[in-house]
Parts: sequence; C-alpha cells; structure tokens
Amino acid sequence: MTQDLEQLTREAEEAINAAHDLEALEQLRVGYLGKKGELTKRLKSLGQLPADERPAAGQAINEAKQRVEGLLQSRREVLEAEAMEATLAAERVDVTLPGRGETVGGLHPVTRTIERIEDLFVSLGFGVAEGPEVEDDYHNFEALNIPADHPARAMHDTFYFDAHHLLRTHTSPVQIRVMEDEGAPVRVIAPGRVYRCDSDLTHTPMFHQVEGLLVDEGVTFGDLKGVLDDFVKRFFERDLAVRFRPSYFPFTEPSAEVDVACLFCAGDGCRVCGHSGWLEILGCGMVHPKVFEDAGVDAERFTGYAFGMGVERLAMLRYGVDDLRIFFDNDLRFLRQFR
Amino acid sequence: MRISEQWLRDWVAEPGSTAELSHRLTMAGLEVDAIEPAAPGFSGVVVGEITACEPHPEAERLSVCQVAGAGSQDVQVVCGAANAAVGLRAPLATVGAALPDDTIVTHTELRGVASAGMLCSARELGLSEDASGLMALPSDAPVAEDLWQYLDLDDNVLEVDLTPNRSDCLGMAGVAREVGVLARQPVTGPEAEPIAAEHGDELNVTVSDVAACPRYLGRIVRGIDATAASPLWLRERLRRAGVRPLNVAADVTNYVMLESGQPMHAFDLATLAGGIEVRRARSGEELTLLSGDSVSLDGDTLVIADHAKPVAMAGIMGGSATAVGEHTNDVFLESAFFAPSAIAGRARAYGLHTDSSHRFERGVDPEGQRWAMERATALLVQIAGGEAGPVTEVCYSEALPERGAVHLRASRLASVLGVELAADEVRGILERLGMGVEAADDGWRVAVPSWRFDIEREVDLIEEIARIHGYEALPVSRAAVPMAMAASPEGHLPRRRLRRALVDRGYQEAITYSFVSAALNESLDPDQRPLALANPLSEELGVMRSTLWPGLVGALQYNRNRQQQRVRLFETGLRFRGELGTLEQTPMLAGIVAGRAQPEHWDAGARAVDFFDVKADVEALLALGGGVDAYRFEAAAHPALHPGQSARIERDGEVAGWLGALHPGLVQRLELEGPVYVFELALPVLQRAKRPSFQALSRYPAIRRDLALVVDEAVSAGEIARLAVEAAGERVRDWMVFDVYRGQGVPAGCKSVAMGLILQDVSRTLTESDIEATVTGVVSRLKQELNAELRE
Repeated sequence: MTQDLEQLTREAEEAINAAHDLEALEQLRVGYLGKKGELTKRLKSLGQLPADERPAAGQAINEAKQRVEGLLQSRREVLEAEAMEATLAAERVDVTLPGRGETVGGLHPVTRTIERIEDLFVSLGFGVAEGPEVEDDYHNFEALNIPADHPARAMHDTFYFDAHHLLRTHTSPVQIRVMEDEGAPVRVIAPGRVYRCDSDLTHTPMFHQVEGLLVDEGVTFGDLKGVLDDFVKRFFERDLAVRFRPSYFPFTEPSAEVDVACLFCAGDGCRVCGHSGWLEILGCGMVHPKVFEDAGVDAERFTGYAFGMGVERLAMLRYGVDDLRIFFDNDLRFLRQFR
Repeated sequence: MRISEQWLRDWVAEPGSTAELSHRLTMAGLEVDAIEPAAPGFSGVVVGEITACEPHPEAERLSVCQVAGAGSQDVQVVCGAANAAVGLRAPLATVGAALPDDTIVTHTELRGVASAGMLCSARELGLSEDASGLMALPSDAPVAEDLWQYLDLDDNVLEVDLTPNRSDCLGMAGVAREVGVLARQPVTGPEAEPIAAEHGDELNVTVSDVAACPRYLGRIVRGIDATAASPLWLRERLRRAGVRPLNVAADVTNYVMLESGQPMHAFDLATLAGGIEVRRARSGEELTLLSGDSVSLDGDTLVIADHAKPVAMAGIMGGSATAVGEHTNDVFLESAFFAPSAIAGRARAYGLHTDSSHRFERGVDPEGQRWAMERATALLVQIAGGEAGPVTEVCYSEALPERGAVHLRASRLASVLGVELAADEVRGILERLGMGVEAADDGWRVAVPSWRFDIEREVDLIEEIARIHGYEALPVSRAAVPMAMAASPEGHLPRRRLRRALVDRGYQEAITYSFVSAALNESLDPDQRPLALANPLSEELGVMRSTLWPGLVGALQYNRNRQQQRVRLFETGLRFRGELGTLEQTPMLAGIVAGRAQPEHWDAGARAVDFFDVKADVEALLALGGGVDAYRFEAAAHPALHPGQSARIERDGEVAGWLGALHPGLVQRLELEGPVYVFELALPVLQRAKRPSFQALSRYPAIRRDLALVVDEAVSAGEIARLAVEAAGERVRDWMVFDVYRGQGVPAGCKSVAMGLILQDVSRTLTESDIEATVTGVVSRLKQELNAELRE
C-alpha cells in the first residue's frame, strides 16, 4: 500500500511537472483527485481494509492527496503566470501610434483674448454687456457728446445705412445703453465687433473692442489709473511700465491714452514701437458730465470712468502676430496655432 | 501740425532739449508722433554762382558752366538743368560732397567734357520734391558759403498729432504758449504794430449771415510787386511746416496762419466787382476753386462774394478767378472769424480739406483777426512793397463766441482727480494758461481766454489742471466699492460653454466679416432681402449677412484653396434680418463641415462626413441646456439645402435653427467639393437652459423589449418613436432606435426600424402581463397610425 502510494505520487509529480497548460493540469487533477480519481478511489476503498489498518492507511492516502494537491497548485500558479505572460505579450500595442477619434479644435485668438479680458474684469465684479452692431446715430455719436459735424466724427470712418443708422464705430454706445437701462451705479465691460470704413495694411473694416464703464459715488481718476495699471500687468503677465498721457475723447474728461513700455525692446526703442519705447494700447477717461446728463445719471452725485481697448492690437502684442488682416482670413493653419 | 524747433525757440528761449521738449508736449496731450531733421543730411555743398555758361559741344541738353564758390578758382561743371544761366546762384556740390541719396560727388567726364562738381536741384538735396531745375538761391546769397549753414538747417521738425479740441495750438503762437506753460518760460512773439494807412481806399464789406461771420476785416494794399520772391527764411519756415511756397501773397498769408493760427486770404483787387458780401450761396451758383475744381454751391455754404458772384468758399478755399497772380498790382487782404458751425462739415461735403477749413471748423481765436491783418500787411509791404490802406472791420460782437467765467470748485477737483492739489498750484496753472482767476465760493471763478474753444465747464478746467500738473504725478488708487454678489442664472447657458463644446469636438472658431456679398447671401438665403450699406468698401462687402453661412462658406473656400481638405469651422455673431427700424439683430451659432468624418488615422476608413456626424454635434449643443427632449428635427425644405438632407430644428414649436447638406447644385456653383454640411442655431433659443429637477430612482428592475417594425419608407423614425413612447405611457424610462434595415424580408418601398423600449415602474416589479399589455398597446397604436407591422 505504502509502496503503491509512493509510486503513484511519484508518477503524479512527473505528470504534473510535465503538464504544459492549464487544461492538461485539470485533466491530471481529475485523474488523481476527481470523483473517480486514483487517490479518491483509494480513499473509497479504505472500508475494505481491516479496521486496525484503516487509520494508518487513511493517513497515508490523505498525505499523498495533500502532496498531489500541493503539486497541482504550484504547477497551476506557474502555468497561470505563463498564460498571463503570453496574453500580455499578445496584447502588446505600439504606444507611439496616434490615438483614435476627433482631435481638439480651438477658439479664434480674438475670442481667446476677449475671454481673457473678461475674466480679468469679472474678477473685479464687472458684468459683461452687449449692444446692437447696427446702431443709431444718437447712441454712436450724439449721446457720446459727438454732435453732427464734430471734428471727432472725421476720425471715425463710418459705414452708414441711411442718415440715422450706421454700423457702430466703437463699443462706447453700449455705455449709453447700459446707463439708460440700469442707471447708476454700474460696472460693466462690453466686448464686441466694431466697424470703420477703412482697409489697408493696418486697418480692417471690422475689428473688436472691449469697452469698460464703472460709475459709482466717489470714483476718481486715481481709481482709473489703478484698474488699468493692474489690467496691463495681469494681461501681459509682466511688470510693465504703464503711462497715462492726456488725450481727447468727447465723452470723457479728463481723457488719457495709455501706453505700455514696449514689449519687444523693453523701452529702448525699436521698429514695433516706432522707436518711442512705448506702445499705445487703450484710451480712457472720466465719464463726461454731459454724457451722464443725457443718459439720466446724476452727474453731481456720481463720477465714473470708461475705457476702450482694441482686441486685435492686444492679441497681436500678446501672441506676436504681425499682420492684422490674418485675423479674418480664417486660415486653419493660423487658427490651429491658438489651440 | 509740423513744428520747427528753431522757430519755436524764437518764441520760447529755453524749452529744454529736443527730447525734453518732445516729452513735455506728449505728456501734456500734444502727442509728438515723430521728430525729423529739417533736411536729410548732406555736406560739401556751397552757394555757387554761374559765371559762364556755354552749350555742351556734344549734347544738346547739357551746358558747360564755370561756377564760382569752390575755392579761389572757378570750377567747370556740366549741368543738365534748363535754368542754368550766367548770374544764377545755386547749390554747388563740390568734389567730395555727400548727398542725401548717399552719392559722393567726384571728378567726372560727361560726353568728353570734364566736370568737377554738381549743381543741384532742391530735390537732389532732399529739400523738396521740386526737380524742375536748379534750386535758385537769392541773388544776395553769399557765394562759397556752406549751404547747410546758409539755410540754417540745424533744426528738427516735430510732428505733433493735435486732438480736435486743441485748435488753439494750430499756430506757432499757441504751441509756444503751451511750451511756455510747461517749461515755465516766458513767451515772446513778434509784434504787429498797426500800419498807418497810406491811401484811403476801402472796399465796402457787408455781412448778411452774422452768426456765421461775426467779424470780417479787409484791407487794400496797392502797388505790390506780385513777382517779388519771398525771402529764404520765410520759404524755409513754410517748407519745414509742410507748406509749399507759391507767390508772395500766398506765402505771407500762409506764414501768418502758421504763426498765429488765423487763416487769411488775398484777392486780386482788380477782379473784384463792387464790394464784399459774406453770405450763404444761392443754389445753382458755381465757383471754380484755386485747386481748379468747379463746384456747384448749395445754400448751406458760406461764401465771400463781390457784387456779381461768389469769389471764395468762406474759410475753405478761394476762387481761381480772383486769385493773386504775377500781374496783380493791388490786393485785398481778408482776415475773418467764421464760426465753427458755419464751416464744420462743409469742406468734407465738397470732398475738400484745407489748412483753413481745418482751423475754422475747430475754432480760431475770435480776437486774433486784427493782429493777423497787421502782421500780414507788414510782411507783404516789406517783401513786395506797396501801400496799405485803412483796415475795414465789420464786427457783430454779440455774435462772437462768448467766453463766460467758469466756476471751479476745489471739492470737485479733488473728487474727480482723487487728490487735493494746493490752491497755489491750481491758481498758478490757470494763470499760466492765460486764464483770469478770482477766488470764489469753494474755489475759483475762472475767465477763459478767447482762444480756448474747449473750455466751457468745470470739468474742462479740471482736465487742464490734471494735464499741466501731469497725469503721471496723480495718485494711483484701488477703489473699495461695496461688495455686491453678481447673479448666476442657471436658466442661461453661457455662450462660452457652447463654444467649448464645439472646440472639444474638433471645430476651429472662425470670425468672418458681418458684411458679405449680396450675391453669396442670396445664394444661401434667397428669401431674405439683406440690409445694404450706403457706403460699402466694395460689392464683396456690400450687405449685412442675414445668415452666418456666407462667411463660413468663404472660409471653407479659402482653406480648400490652401490644401485643407477636412474643415470644421464655427462662428458666433449677429445675423441681420428685416428693415431698419424693425431690424432683428440675432446672435447665432453656425458651423460648416466638409471632408472626412474623422481625422486621417491608421485604423480608420476614409469615410466622408455625413448628416449624422454633424447632427451628433448639433445634438450635443442642444443637450448642453439640459432640455434636449424639447427639440425636434423636422424634415423641411430650405432653398440652400439638399432636399433630402435638411432639417428644421424646433423647440416647443419655435424655430431654433437649421441643419443640412448644402444643395449639390450650390456646392458646384461655389466650386466646392461636396458634401458640405452646415448648421445654424439661434443662440437666444439655445441658451435657454433647464434647471435639473430630481426624479426618484426606481428600486425595481427595468425591462427592455425590442420591436422591429416594418413601415413605409416615408415614415420617419422620429414619428415611430414619438408614437411608441406616447402609447407606452409613463413606464418608459428610455428608448433607442438601434437598427434600420432594408432588403431581404422587407417589402420594397418599406424599411424595418428596430427600437428598444426600456420599461420600469416606480412602485413595483413589472409582470410579464404588464409588459405584454404595454407592448401590445404600442404595436396597435403604430399599426393604427403608421400602418406598421411587427417584423417576424
């Protein structure tokens, strides 16, 4: 009996170690340990032995069974590991091949720039307003203290539809509409398309501006300097020198042009800044009392500031674009650079 | 406005260095755009005098001149100018001279004759565009003197970009006044003493439009030499200011204008009939201007007329028939104040813009006419001789601009600028600007000088003080404003979110012009009459777009012409519909898609984009607002779209937009390769978002039943689904169309639509009989309404 068991375990060990896959191993398990397996059979035949031999025989068979189970388990682990290896090898991919599906597109650089400007002013509590692009003469000019035949009109090459309707030449009429609708205090910016009847290397007949308006009690020119100084530094993410230079807009007074130290030559003078060291980037000023009066805002109680900036100009400086007209070609090779 | 620095220094002795002067002007609001030398550099050029001039033996057009000026001996110079003649003094570039075009003058030989130098035209020296002959120098020009020294060319010209409010600086006097204030320097200009009358002749002057011309001064100067040459210093100053020297009368009046800001005019007295009348033109009157143009005048135009005819467009340009010419003996000088409102816009209406109109429409000093008249008379008599008569003045002082006193409150000054300036500084600035200052309640009463048209109210004075004090010196502050939380409406889908969705789906954003060609707009939206611009830049940009498609089609064409085959573009912006007055300006979101369905890839086919690729993008946009179920796609005809691939998108019965393939005929006409898909959605509809509202989750299992329904080809899947869902009632959780089949087993002209219904009850597990009842209900409803048969 003992000899028989030893023989059987030895054969099992050989067979198990020779098994090359899990299926063969399973057959071996059934052959030894299954319902009709060799060891199972022997356990079942214990009853036929004399009572005094049974415990010893039973123990021997169980030991043999445990030994075979152990061998099967070890071999299974080896084979499973090998199978996993094989699967993994078969599933290897070339990770350098491009992924499948749609690639991401991008916003137009003008929109990207407008959103950037919006975010900066929204962080200060400004709202975002819009207005019509086909405007009336009143909102585009009269209400902004630019009466008919005012020389400032000559600076706006205006597209007209008839004597009273035109394409807005700036986003400033939105100031008027917001004050008419909401009165004071008010804090908005108004981005949008504007139009001038001019087309050459440095002018396109349509371009974008962002207008800003803050009206409240106690607003000063100092506040205007503060907000634009911060804006320039945040927008360009550089500690640029900013200067305020007196200028003239009929709807603000005092009025100023804002220059920043040239981004390209750090103020030394280069072709981009016309050797002045400064780049003009926006116009601003304190809202003219006449504008308040016409819009129904108490010009004694409230003061306010307004500013207007050219989006393409800012985008060109920020992203190094050297040709204005390329913004409206919509060339995919250009647009894709702003993803 | 071009300012000669040298000339300015005659008025203000120490304005600072060129750079300081330029910085001061710029930072006071008189922006210096450019600083140019008075002449491009040259050297080795002297005053030469032609002492002999013989024809060239070999060349008809050349002459051989002996010229004094270069050393002790005359030099021989071959010259091609027609005005070369003995006695003429002209610039002589000696051997070794460097000219502005970088040439160095050398010994040379022209057609066999030696030439040791070059006689120059003004153009060759970069002094003007005049290349018609040698630059004639005055006969008293010192021979052999260095020309640079003689013309006093060590000077800069400051190009000042004046804002329209600063008409007071449209003359040297005004700029000097400003520089004096900024540099705290005294300002001293030339005097204009009254010229005593040497004869008593006057022209009768009447003003019939008093408001337009409150002051008119005239004077007859008899017996001038109209051919007298203006002196070099005067010509040089004109040149540096950008004004071309003409004849002595024009040069003198132009010079006085540049000096004082007061435009003047000189008439040939002999051409004036009777007297002068300042009046509105009578319609139909004609006038030939100095420029040679003939204009037909309208009743809105102010003219200077004699007793027979208009002789000048007042304040804009004189007439040619009465102009001073070389045979003129007697002139009539005019120095008037025309009100800005009488001139503004008139020049432009005739397509004119003159130095005179530029000044009058912005406002000249209403007290400056007599000074200018005396100054011009003195210069004219000095240069051209003649005898001045008495000054005739017509003045309606009540019609002159009123310069009232303006009350400036210290408190307001501080509240606008954000700083309290010392009272002494405020008073000092105002006084230096020529204002009368008196103490008044909470500040000052300020009398505004006659030359300042831009100061009417308190804030105008505040700006002056800020400007002279210096914007840079004003404090910077960061306002503490009350915190007020902004609204964040959940019912409004931000436009940014929609743009991002398309960007994430592979679209590039385009921005196209809002004006398009009428023809292209017509092709894409023939039912609309687009709003036309009265003054378009071109026909291509002639009308306001009634849809965003024309711009996108243009962008597609542009990219297709640059080897871009796969194009996915979108744009947001206004479309314009209707007529002025009732014009609708609606923000739209539109897209155009062409080329492959997917980017080129190693594991994907080259399938072209189709309707459903683009519909998925549109559906994604509709879903962002949370109310996708509210939208319906209806097969509908659109004149620009393929009749079989065109959907009108509706939201609760309202048109939200269109989606479809461009009509193949149109694709061909536009020379595009098809198919091309377009969509356009109205943002006001799209941006109405639904706030999510929680529905309890069922704890019971959901059951799916699939139905294959055979229907006529004309029946839409949407209709089947709508009826099925309606018939199945509230137990429907979800549904989908998972197959559309045509072919074996389905009769011709029919299709099989397979849809899955997912059923669930909130309160119990559905039994087989519940499900059976629901499905039977659905099938019979579809049979009844659509004649649908269940496919075996």
